[in-house]
Amino acid sequence: MTEGAFTADTMVLFAILGMATVTYALRAGGYWVMGRVTVTPKIRRGLEALPGAIIVSTILPIILQGGLVVGLCIIVAAAVQLRLKKEYVAVFAAAAVAAALRAGGFQ
Amino acid sequence: MLEKNVTLSLRGCVQGALMCIPVFPGIIVFGAVFGTVAAQKGLSFLEALLMNSIVFAGASQFVAMEIYSDPLDRPTLIAMVGITAAINMRMLLIGASLRPWLGQVPGYKTYPALFFLTDLNWLLTLSQYEKGTRDWGIYLGSGLIVWAVWSLSVIPGYFAGSLISDPKTFGLDLVLPAFFAALLVPLWKGKRQTVSWLIAGGVAWATWVLFGGYWSIFTGAVAGAFAGAYLDD
Repeated sequence: MTEGAFTADTMVLFAILGMATVTYALRAGGYWVMGRVTVTPKIRRGLEALPGAIIVSTILPIILQGGLVVGLCIIVAAAVQLRLKKEYVAVFAAAAVAAALRAGGFQ
Repeated sequence: MLEKNVTLSLRGCVQGALMCIPVFPGIIVFGAVFGTVAAQKGLSFLEALLMNSIVFAGASQFVAMEIYSDPLDRPTLIAMVGITAAINMRMLLIGASLRPWLGQVPGYKTYPALFFLTDLNWLLTLSQYEKGTRDWGIYLGSGLIVWAVWSLSVIPGYFAGSLISDPKTFGLDLVLPAFFAALLVPLWKGKRQTVSWLIAGGVAWATWVLFGGYWSIFTGAVAGAFAGAYLDD
């Protein structure tokens, strides 16, 4: 580092502002649009289906990329949640299984 | 279909904040790793702190740092902003799905609050909504605590290097995906979910294989929502 800890480069500040602006526009944009659309039963069903679809689409590539350990870890999380209905326990068990498998040399 | 009885209370905020505790280790470790990456890439401490707390979108910050080079020129700057938009595209959908829940709350409250929208507090909020909660303090409290923890976690990472040399050893890289998987379970109601999740998963998988990167979240989610919209029970 050539610069001091509390200095900031103008270009970097612009980058940060640009990133923050597009991110906020996306955070608020979907919400804003839905306030200007008449919500038909079809749209309502689509919105209701969104959360699950987003989670599935988020987790799946992580599993595909991560292989056996990640896949098992996700299965453990879902199974524990199904049985005990406690997110804390599910997350802890899943991380513990992943740590144990990796300690055992699995990838 | 707008929810009429939406309230906001301190109790709801505290409850929302407490619900995030299980993912704190994951957030702290990744915030710290971001601090370390930013230091290695040559950002000043102030720049790292600002990016972390005002962009507040983990995955996109990491990828932007991949692109970053010191000194920063204009094309690189534009690429950083563009990739951030691409990775955070899903926020459009996440925000849209909160409309039925928060539509009744005045805009001068919701629009500032939307700054704190993340996958995590969105998901917590919706899962509480399913259980009958109408106190949007859940959303606000969880958003604020995650923002605070994420913002502070960059500090030790920047100055001390990662607190834990390899988060993978302790399975900490999987805390968030595992939490999402756990929260997915109660959302399953029957055939409609089975079909729409299969379609979402199929499209996400195909997109990931073909293009890689983060587009799969967006395409899969849109496909799943369409499937849900056109499926009659």
